[in-house]
Amino acid sequence: MKFLCIECDEQMIFEQRQLPGDGTLAAAFRCPTCERVVAMLTNPMETQLVSSLGIKIGGREVPEQPLELVRSEVVGGREDAFVDAEAPLPVEVRASGAGAVVWSLAAVERLEGVPRFVRGMVKRIYADYAKQHGITEITPEIMDRARSDLGLEGM
Amino acid sequence: MTLKHRTYSEVTGTDASRMVDQVNAQQSRVAERLAGVKACVAVMSGKGGVGKSLTTAAIAAACAARGLTVGLLDADLVGPSAARMSGVNPTGLEVDESGVDPATSPAGVRVMSMDLLIEDDTPLAWREPGSESFVWRGAQERGALREFLADVRWGELDLLLVDLPPGTQRLIDLAELLPCLDGLVVITIPSAASEAAVSRSMSLAAEKGIRVLGVVENMAGYACGDCGEVRSLFPGDAGQRLADQHDTTLLGRIPFDPDAAGHADMGALDQMMDHTVAGAAIEAIVDRLLEAIT
Repeated sequence: MKFLCIECDEQMIFEQRQLPGDGTLAAAFRCPTCERVVAMLTNPMETQLVSSLGIKIGGREVPEQPLELVRSEVVGGREDAFVDAEAPLPVEVRASGAGAVVWSLAAVERLEGVPRFVRGMVKRIYADYAKQHGITEITPEIMDRARSDLGLEGM
Repeated sequence: MTLKHRTYSEVTGTDASRMVDQVNAQQSRVAERLAGVKACVAVMSGKGGVGKSLTTAAIAAACAARGLTVGLLDADLVGPSAARMSGVNPTGLEVDESGVDPATSPAGVRVMSMDLLIEDDTPLAWREPGSESFVWRGAQERGALREFLADVRWGELDLLLVDLPPGTQRLIDLAELLPCLDGLVVITIPSAASEAAVSRSMSLAAEKGIRVLGVVENMAGYACGDCGEVRSLFPGDAGQRLADQHDTTLLGRIPFDPDAAGHADMGALDQMMDHTVAGAAIEAIVDRLLEAIT
Protein backbone atom coordinates (compact mmCIF):
# COMPACT_ATOMS: atom_id res chain seq x y z
CA MET A 1 0.00 0.00 0.00
CA LYS A 2 1.48 3.35 -1.07
CA PHE A 3 0.05 6.85 -1.00
CA LEU A 4 0.93 9.28 -3.75
CA CYS A 5 0.58 13.05 -3.55
CA ILE A 6 -0.63 13.62 -7.07
CA GLU A 7 0.08 17.31 -7.07
CA CYS A 8 3.71 16.85 -6.09
CA ASP A 9 4.06 13.39 -7.69
CA GLU A 10 5.73 12.30 -4.44
CA GLN A 11 5.17 9.18 -2.42
CA MET A 12 3.68 10.13 0.93
CA ILE A 13 5.33 8.85 4.06
CA PHE A 14 3.69 7.16 7.02
CA GLU A 15 3.15 9.62 9.83
CA GLN A 16 0.94 8.17 12.52
CA ARG A 17 -1.44 5.33 13.35
CA GLN A 18 -4.38 5.53 15.71
CA LEU A 19 -6.97 3.05 16.89
CA PRO A 20 -9.74 5.02 18.52
CA GLY A 21 -11.20 1.97 20.23
CA ASP A 22 -14.24 1.34 18.06
CA GLY A 23 -12.57 -1.27 15.90
CA THR A 24 -11.57 1.23 13.25
CA LEU A 25 -8.09 2.38 12.31
CA ALA A 26 -6.72 5.70 11.17
CA ALA A 27 -3.33 6.02 9.51
CA ALA A 28 -1.95 9.40 8.48
CA PHE A 29 0.45 9.90 5.58
CA ARG A 30 2.34 13.10 4.81
CA CYS A 31 3.72 14.44 1.56
CA PRO A 32 7.41 15.23 2.14
CA THR A 33 7.25 18.07 -0.39
CA CYS A 34 4.07 20.00 0.29
CA GLU A 35 3.50 18.65 3.82
CA ARG A 36 -0.09 17.80 3.03
CA VAL A 37 -1.40 15.08 5.34
CA VAL A 38 -4.09 12.58 4.42
CA ALA A 39 -5.74 9.99 6.61
CA MET A 40 -6.65 6.47 5.62
CA LEU A 41 -9.65 5.31 7.63
CA THR A 42 -10.56 1.64 7.73
CA ASN A 43 -13.80 0.17 8.98
CA PRO A 44 -13.84 -2.58 11.64
CA MET A 45 -13.92 -5.38 9.10
CA GLU A 46 -11.02 -4.00 7.10
CA THR A 47 -9.08 -3.43 10.30
CA GLN A 48 -9.78 -6.97 11.46
CA LEU A 49 -8.74 -8.47 8.15
CA VAL A 50 -5.33 -6.83 8.34
CA SER A 51 -4.76 -7.69 11.98
CA SER A 52 -5.72 -11.30 11.28
CA LEU A 53 -2.66 -11.51 9.07
CA GLY A 54 -0.46 -10.51 11.98
CA ILE A 55 0.80 -7.41 10.22
CA LYS A 56 0.65 -3.76 11.20
CA ILE A 57 -0.38 -0.92 8.92
CA GLY A 58 2.39 1.64 9.08
CA GLY A 59 4.91 -1.01 10.05
CA ARG A 60 5.77 -2.68 13.31
CA GLU A 61 7.00 -0.30 15.98
CA VAL A 62 7.85 -2.77 18.73
CA PRO A 63 8.97 -6.39 18.38
CA GLU A 64 6.31 -9.02 17.78
CA GLN A 65 5.55 -10.96 20.94
CA PRO A 66 5.35 -14.76 21.07
CA LEU A 67 1.85 -15.97 20.19
CA GLU A 68 0.82 -12.34 19.81
CA LEU A 69 -2.02 -13.09 17.43
CA VAL A 70 -3.37 -15.95 19.52
CA ARG A 71 -3.09 -14.07 22.79
CA SER A 72 -4.63 -10.89 21.48
CA GLU A 73 -7.36 -12.35 19.28
CA VAL A 74 -8.57 -15.52 20.99
CA VAL A 75 -11.55 -15.13 23.29
CA GLY A 76 -11.81 -17.42 26.32
CA GLY A 77 -8.10 -17.95 26.94
CA ARG A 78 -7.17 -19.82 30.12
CA GLU A 79 -6.19 -17.52 32.96
CA ASP A 80 -3.43 -19.96 33.90
CA ALA A 81 -2.26 -20.75 30.37
CA PHE A 82 1.00 -18.82 30.67
CA VAL A 83 3.60 -18.08 33.27
CA ASP A 84 5.15 -14.83 32.11
CA ALA A 85 8.58 -13.81 33.23
CA GLU A 86 8.90 -10.52 35.09
CA ALA A 87 5.78 -9.92 37.14
CA PRO A 88 5.46 -6.12 37.40
CA LEU A 89 5.69 -4.61 40.85
CA PRO A 90 6.58 -0.94 40.95
CA VAL A 91 8.86 -1.08 43.95
CA GLU A 92 10.84 -3.97 42.55
CA VAL A 93 11.01 -2.43 39.12
CA ARG A 94 12.07 0.93 40.54
CA ALA A 95 14.88 -0.87 42.35
CA SER A 96 16.08 -2.49 39.17
CA GLY A 97 18.57 0.25 38.44
CA ALA A 98 19.21 3.34 36.38
CA GLY A 99 17.98 3.26 32.82
CA ALA A 100 15.18 0.80 33.54
CA VAL A 101 11.61 1.67 32.66
CA VAL A 102 9.58 2.08 35.83
CA TRP A 103 5.86 1.65 36.36
CA SER A 104 3.70 4.01 38.35
CA LEU A 105 1.46 2.46 40.95
CA ALA A 106 -1.59 3.46 38.94
CA ALA A 107 -0.14 1.82 35.84
CA VAL A 108 0.53 -1.41 37.71
CA GLU A 109 -2.99 -1.40 39.11
CA ARG A 110 -4.36 -0.95 35.64
CA LEU A 111 -2.18 -3.70 34.28
CA GLU A 112 -3.51 -6.04 36.94
CA GLY A 113 -6.95 -5.52 35.45
CA VAL A 114 -5.82 -7.00 32.14
CA PRO A 115 -6.76 -10.69 31.77
CA ARG A 116 -3.86 -12.90 32.77
CA PHE A 117 -4.01 -14.65 29.38
CA VAL A 118 -2.49 -11.54 27.81
CA ARG A 119 -1.09 -9.58 30.77
CA GLY A 120 2.56 -10.53 30.51
CA MET A 121 2.59 -9.88 26.79
CA VAL A 122 0.91 -6.51 27.18
CA LYS A 123 3.40 -5.55 29.85
CA ARG A 124 6.32 -6.33 27.56
CA ILE A 125 4.72 -4.36 24.73
CA TYR A 126 4.28 -1.28 26.94
CA ALA A 127 7.86 -1.58 28.16
CA ASP A 128 9.17 -1.90 24.60
CA TYR A 129 7.10 1.11 23.58
CA ALA A 130 8.49 3.16 26.46
CA LYS A 131 12.05 2.23 25.53
CA GLN A 132 11.45 3.11 21.88
CA HIS A 133 10.19 6.54 22.87
CA GLY A 134 12.70 7.29 25.61
CA ILE A 135 9.99 7.17 28.27
CA THR A 136 11.28 6.34 31.73
CA GLU A 137 8.00 5.93 33.63
CA ILE A 138 4.92 4.12 32.40
CA THR A 139 1.73 5.77 33.58
CA PRO A 140 -1.91 5.18 32.59
CA GLU A 141 -1.56 8.08 30.16
CA ILE A 142 1.42 6.43 28.50
CA MET A 143 -0.57 3.19 28.34
CA ASP A 144 -3.39 5.02 26.58
CA ARG A 145 -0.95 6.49 24.11
CA ALA A 146 0.67 3.14 23.43
CA ARG A 147 -2.70 1.47 23.01
CA SER A 148 -3.66 3.98 20.40
CA ASP A 149 -0.31 4.07 18.61
CA LEU A 150 0.25 0.33 18.57
CA GLY A 151 -3.26 -0.90 18.13
CA LEU A 152 -3.67 -2.75 21.40
CA GLU A 153 -7.41 -2.83 21.33
CA GLY A 154 -8.87 -5.23 23.81
CA MET A 155 -5.65 -5.34 25.89
CA MET B 1 -11.72 14.38 -14.82
CA THR B 2 -9.18 11.61 -15.17
CA LEU B 3 -6.24 11.99 -12.87
CA LYS B 4 -2.91 11.12 -14.41
CA HIS B 5 -0.57 9.61 -11.92
CA ARG B 6 1.94 6.85 -11.47
CA THR B 7 0.91 3.30 -10.55
CA TYR B 8 2.01 1.28 -7.53
CA SER B 9 4.82 -0.34 -9.50
CA GLU B 10 5.99 2.95 -10.92
CA VAL B 11 6.30 4.51 -7.48
CA THR B 12 9.57 2.93 -6.49
CA GLY B 13 9.70 3.79 -2.78
CA THR B 14 8.97 1.05 -0.30
CA ASP B 15 5.45 0.66 0.93
CA ALA B 16 5.17 2.51 4.23
CA SER B 17 3.81 -0.50 6.09
CA ARG B 18 6.51 -2.78 4.68
CA MET B 19 3.88 -5.48 4.50
CA VAL B 20 6.00 -7.76 2.35
CA ASP B 21 8.84 -7.37 4.82
CA GLN B 22 6.51 -8.18 7.69
CA VAL B 23 5.26 -11.33 5.96
CA ASN B 24 8.82 -12.36 5.06
CA ALA B 25 9.86 -11.81 8.68
CA GLN B 26 7.06 -14.11 9.80
CA GLN B 27 8.25 -16.77 7.37
CA SER B 28 11.86 -16.36 8.53
CA ARG B 29 10.85 -16.83 12.14
CA VAL B 30 9.30 -20.18 11.28
CA ALA B 31 12.44 -21.30 9.47
CA GLU B 32 14.72 -20.12 12.29
CA ARG B 33 12.65 -21.76 14.99
CA LEU B 34 12.57 -25.09 13.19
CA ALA B 35 16.23 -25.09 12.22
CA GLY B 36 16.88 -27.71 14.90
CA VAL B 37 14.13 -30.05 13.72
CA LYS B 38 15.50 -32.99 11.74
CA ALA B 39 12.18 -34.14 10.29
CA CYS B 40 8.73 -32.62 10.14
CA VAL B 41 5.86 -34.93 9.27
CA ALA B 42 2.18 -34.04 9.02
CA VAL B 43 -0.59 -36.50 9.76
CA MET B 44 -3.85 -35.95 7.92
CA SER B 45 -7.03 -37.46 6.65
CA GLY B 46 -9.53 -36.01 4.30
CA LYS B 47 -12.21 -37.38 6.58
CA GLY B 48 -13.12 -36.72 10.20
CA GLY B 49 -13.59 -39.37 12.86
CA VAL B 50 -10.95 -41.79 11.63
CA GLY B 51 -8.86 -41.69 14.82
CA LYS B 52 -6.15 -39.47 13.42
CA SER B 53 -5.35 -37.56 16.59
CA LEU B 54 -5.04 -40.65 18.74
CA THR B 55 -2.87 -42.32 16.15
CA THR B 56 -0.65 -39.25 15.94
CA ALA B 57 -0.29 -38.94 19.70
CA ALA B 58 0.49 -42.65 19.96
CA ILE B 59 3.12 -42.48 17.20
CA ALA B 60 4.71 -39.53 19.02
CA ALA B 61 4.79 -41.42 22.32
CA ALA B 62 6.17 -44.55 20.67
CA CYS B 63 8.95 -42.55 19.02
CA ALA B 64 9.79 -40.88 22.33
CA ALA B 65 9.94 -44.28 24.01
CA ARG B 66 12.59 -45.24 21.47
CA GLY B 67 14.75 -42.37 22.60
CA LEU B 68 13.87 -39.85 19.92
CA THR B 69 13.17 -36.23 20.84
CA VAL B 70 9.68 -35.60 19.54
CA GLY B 71 7.36 -32.61 19.21
CA LEU B 72 3.63 -32.80 18.64
CA LEU B 73 1.89 -29.75 17.20
CA ASP B 74 -1.87 -29.96 17.26
CA ALA B 75 -3.00 -28.04 14.20
CA ASP B 76 -6.62 -28.90 14.87
CA LEU B 77 -7.39 -25.55 16.45
CA VAL B 78 -11.14 -26.01 16.59
CA GLY B 79 -11.21 -29.54 17.98
CA PRO B 80 -7.90 -29.83 19.84
CA SER B 81 -7.18 -33.05 21.71
CA ALA B 82 -3.44 -33.71 21.55
CA ALA B 83 -2.68 -32.41 25.03
CA ARG B 84 -5.38 -34.47 26.71
CA MET B 85 -4.51 -37.63 24.81
CA SER B 86 -0.84 -37.13 25.60
CA GLY B 87 -1.57 -36.78 29.30
CA VAL B 88 -0.53 -33.13 29.55
CA ASN B 89 -2.02 -30.85 32.18
CA PRO B 90 -3.01 -27.53 30.65
CA THR B 91 -1.33 -25.07 32.98
CA GLY B 92 1.48 -22.60 32.99
CA LEU B 93 3.48 -22.52 29.80
CA GLU B 94 6.64 -20.52 30.46
CA VAL B 95 6.89 -17.52 28.17
CA ASP B 96 9.26 -14.62 27.68
CA GLU B 97 10.19 -12.43 24.74
CA SER B 98 12.04 -15.26 23.01
CA GLY B 99 9.15 -17.70 22.91
CA VAL B 100 6.87 -20.12 24.69
CA ASP B 101 7.92 -23.46 26.13
CA PRO B 102 5.79 -26.37 24.93
CA ALA B 103 4.21 -28.64 27.52
CA THR B 104 5.92 -31.97 28.07
CA SER B 105 3.93 -35.18 28.21
CA PRO B 106 4.71 -38.04 30.61
CA ALA B 107 6.25 -39.83 27.61
CA GLY B 108 8.55 -36.85 27.06
CA VAL B 109 6.81 -35.49 23.96
CA ARG B 110 6.85 -31.69 23.59
CA VAL B 111 3.26 -30.70 22.94
CA MET B 112 1.59 -27.52 21.73
CA SER B 113 -2.15 -27.45 21.33
CA MET B 114 -4.98 -24.98 21.52
CA ASP B 115 -6.44 -27.08 24.32
CA LEU B 116 -3.58 -25.83 26.48
CA LEU B 117 -4.68 -22.26 25.88
CA ILE B 118 -8.46 -22.07 26.00
CA GLU B 119 -10.78 -22.88 28.86
CA ASP B 120 -12.37 -26.34 29.02
CA ASP B 121 -15.75 -26.57 27.32
CA THR B 122 -15.04 -23.31 25.51
CA PRO B 123 -15.16 -23.31 21.72
CA LEU B 124 -12.39 -21.55 19.86
CA ALA B 125 -13.62 -18.01 19.31
CA TRP B 126 -11.86 -14.94 17.99
CA ARG B 127 -12.28 -11.32 18.86
CA GLU B 128 -14.08 -9.94 15.84
CA PRO B 129 -16.43 -7.23 14.80
CA GLY B 130 -19.83 -7.98 13.34
CA SER B 131 -20.86 -11.24 11.81
CA GLU B 132 -18.68 -11.55 8.73
CA SER B 133 -16.14 -13.77 10.41
CA PHE B 134 -15.75 -16.01 7.36
CA VAL B 135 -13.73 -13.20 5.80
CA TRP B 136 -10.84 -13.45 8.24
CA ARG B 137 -11.36 -16.76 10.08
CA GLY B 138 -9.00 -18.61 7.74
CA ALA B 139 -6.33 -15.94 8.16
CA GLN B 140 -6.60 -16.10 11.93
CA GLU B 141 -6.28 -19.86 12.01
CA ARG B 142 -3.35 -19.78 9.62
CA GLY B 143 -1.78 -17.12 11.83
CA ALA B 144 -2.23 -19.29 14.91
CA LEU B 145 -0.59 -22.22 13.12
CA ARG B 146 2.30 -19.97 12.12
CA GLU B 147 2.73 -18.84 15.72
CA PHE B 148 2.65 -22.43 16.99
CA LEU B 149 5.49 -23.18 14.60
CA ALA B 150 7.49 -20.00 15.05
CA ASP B 151 6.97 -18.96 18.65
CA VAL B 152 7.15 -22.27 20.50
CA ARG B 153 10.62 -23.18 21.72
CA TRP B 154 10.67 -26.60 20.11
CA GLY B 155 14.42 -26.91 20.48
CA GLU B 156 16.35 -29.74 18.87
CA LEU B 157 13.93 -32.41 17.68
CA ASP B 158 14.40 -35.65 15.81
CA LEU B 159 10.78 -35.47 14.70
CA LEU B 160 8.01 -32.90 14.76
CA LEU B 161 4.58 -34.39 14.10
CA VAL B 162 1.82 -32.04 13.03
CA ASP B 163 -1.70 -33.32 13.63
CA LEU B 164 -3.87 -31.72 10.94
CA PRO B 165 -7.64 -31.28 11.26
CA PRO B 166 -10.05 -33.06 8.90
CA GLY B 167 -10.10 -31.56 5.44
CA THR B 168 -7.31 -30.16 3.33
CA GLN B 169 -7.05 -26.42 3.98
CA ARG B 170 -4.65 -26.69 6.89
CA LEU B 171 -2.33 -28.88 4.79
CA ILE B 172 -2.09 -26.07 2.26
CA ASP B 173 -1.35 -23.59 5.05
CA LEU B 174 1.30 -25.87 6.48
CA ALA B 175 2.94 -26.49 3.13
CA GLU B 176 3.20 -22.74 2.55
CA LEU B 177 4.64 -22.14 6.00
CA LEU B 178 6.94 -25.14 5.86
CA PRO B 179 8.46 -25.62 2.42
CA CYS B 180 10.73 -28.18 4.09
CA LEU B 181 7.86 -30.45 5.16
CA ASP B 182 9.36 -33.93 4.98
CA GLY B 183 6.23 -35.84 4.34
CA LEU B 184 2.73 -36.85 5.12
CA VAL B 185 1.13 -39.80 6.84
CA VAL B 186 -2.44 -40.39 5.77
CA ILE B 187 -5.05 -42.03 7.99
CA THR B 188 -8.13 -43.77 6.67
CA ILE B 189 -10.67 -46.30 7.86
CA PRO B 190 -11.44 -49.32 5.64
CA SER B 191 -14.68 -48.02 4.10
CA ALA B 192 -15.17 -46.90 0.51
CA ALA B 193 -16.52 -43.55 1.70
CA SER B 194 -13.34 -42.89 3.61
CA GLU B 195 -11.27 -44.05 0.66
CA ALA B 196 -12.92 -41.53 -1.63
CA ALA B 197 -12.43 -38.60 0.76
CA VAL B 198 -8.87 -39.51 1.67
CA SER B 199 -7.94 -40.08 -1.96
CA ARG B 200 -8.85 -36.47 -2.74
CA SER B 201 -6.55 -35.32 0.04
CA MET B 202 -3.73 -37.44 -1.30
CA SER B 203 -4.23 -36.00 -4.77
CA LEU B 204 -3.95 -32.52 -3.30
CA ALA B 205 -0.76 -33.49 -1.52
CA ALA B 206 0.65 -34.72 -4.83
CA GLU B 207 -0.34 -31.46 -6.52
CA LYS B 208 1.51 -29.55 -3.81
CA GLY B 209 4.55 -31.75 -4.19
CA ILE B 210 4.22 -33.22 -0.71
CA ARG B 211 5.60 -36.71 -0.32
CA VAL B 212 3.19 -39.23 1.17
CA LEU B 213 5.22 -41.47 3.46
CA GLY B 214 2.45 -43.98 3.77
CA VAL B 215 -1.11 -44.85 4.67
CA VAL B 216 -2.42 -46.09 8.00
CA GLU B 217 -5.71 -47.94 8.05
CA ASN B 218 -7.39 -47.39 11.39
CA MET B 219 -10.38 -49.32 12.80
CA ALA B 220 -9.29 -52.27 10.68
CA GLY B 221 -11.30 -54.88 12.51
CA TYR B 222 -12.34 -55.13 16.12
CA ALA B 223 -9.92 -56.38 18.76
CA CYS B 224 -11.78 -58.53 21.27
CA GLY B 225 -11.00 -57.39 24.79
CA ASP B 226 -11.17 -60.94 26.13
CA CYS B 227 -9.19 -63.05 23.67
CA GLY B 228 -7.38 -60.39 21.60
CA GLU B 229 -8.69 -61.87 18.37
CA VAL B 230 -9.35 -59.30 15.65
CA ARG B 231 -12.73 -59.65 14.01
CA SER B 232 -14.27 -57.86 11.06
CA LEU B 233 -15.70 -54.38 11.70
CA PHE B 234 -16.03 -52.27 8.56
CA PRO B 235 -16.14 -53.68 5.05
CA GLY B 236 -13.48 -52.43 2.69
CA ASP B 237 -9.78 -52.33 2.10
CA ALA B 238 -9.17 -48.61 1.77
CA GLY B 239 -5.68 -48.58 3.23
CA GLN B 240 -4.12 -50.91 0.72
CA ARG B 241 -6.16 -49.52 -2.15
CA LEU B 242 -5.09 -45.95 -1.40
CA ALA B 243 -1.48 -47.00 -1.08
CA ASP B 244 -1.66 -48.72 -4.46
CA GLN B 245 -3.53 -45.88 -6.18
CA HIS B 246 -1.12 -43.24 -4.94
CA ASP B 247 2.04 -45.26 -5.27
CA THR B 248 2.95 -45.33 -1.62
CA THR B 249 3.16 -47.80 1.25
CA LEU B 250 0.58 -49.20 3.64
CA LEU B 251 2.32 -48.49 6.91
CA GLY B 252 -0.03 -50.69 8.85
CA ARG B 253 -3.52 -51.51 10.03
CA ILE B 254 -4.77 -50.70 13.52
CA PRO B 255 -7.77 -52.60 14.90
CA PHE B 256 -10.46 -50.80 16.84
CA ASP B 257 -9.57 -51.50 20.43
CA PRO B 258 -11.80 -50.24 23.27
CA ASP B 259 -8.96 -50.75 25.73
CA ALA B 260 -6.74 -48.44 23.71
CA ALA B 261 -9.42 -45.77 23.57
CA GLY B 262 -9.85 -45.99 27.34
CA HIS B 263 -6.14 -45.49 27.96
CA ALA B 264 -6.03 -42.57 25.52
CA ASP B 265 -8.95 -40.84 27.21
CA MET B 266 -6.95 -40.92 30.43
CA GLY B 267 -3.80 -39.72 28.71
CA ALA B 268 -2.10 -43.03 29.46
CA LEU B 269 -0.50 -43.69 26.11
CA ASP B 270 2.27 -45.74 27.70
CA GLN B 271 -0.37 -48.19 28.97
CA MET B 272 -1.98 -48.23 25.58
CA MET B 273 1.27 -48.97 23.81
CA ASP B 274 2.34 -51.68 26.25
CA HIS B 275 -0.90 -53.51 26.83
CA THR B 276 -3.17 -53.32 23.81
CA VAL B 277 -3.45 -54.87 20.38
CA ALA B 278 -3.69 -51.39 18.89
CA GLY B 279 -0.47 -50.39 20.65
CA ALA B 280 1.37 -53.32 19.10
CA ALA B 281 0.06 -52.34 15.67
CA ILE B 282 1.25 -48.77 16.14
CA GLU B 283 4.73 -49.96 17.14
CA ALA B 284 4.94 -51.80 13.82
CA ILE B 285 3.76 -48.67 12.00
CA VAL B 286 6.45 -46.61 13.72
CA ASP B 287 9.08 -49.08 12.50
CA ARG B 288 8.00 -48.52 8.91
CA LEU B 289 7.48 -44.79 9.30
CA LEU B 290 10.97 -44.17 10.66
CA GLU B 291 12.34 -46.22 7.80
CA ALA B 292 10.36 -44.13 5.31
CA ILE B 293 11.53 -40.83 6.83
CA THR B 294 15.17 -41.80 6.64
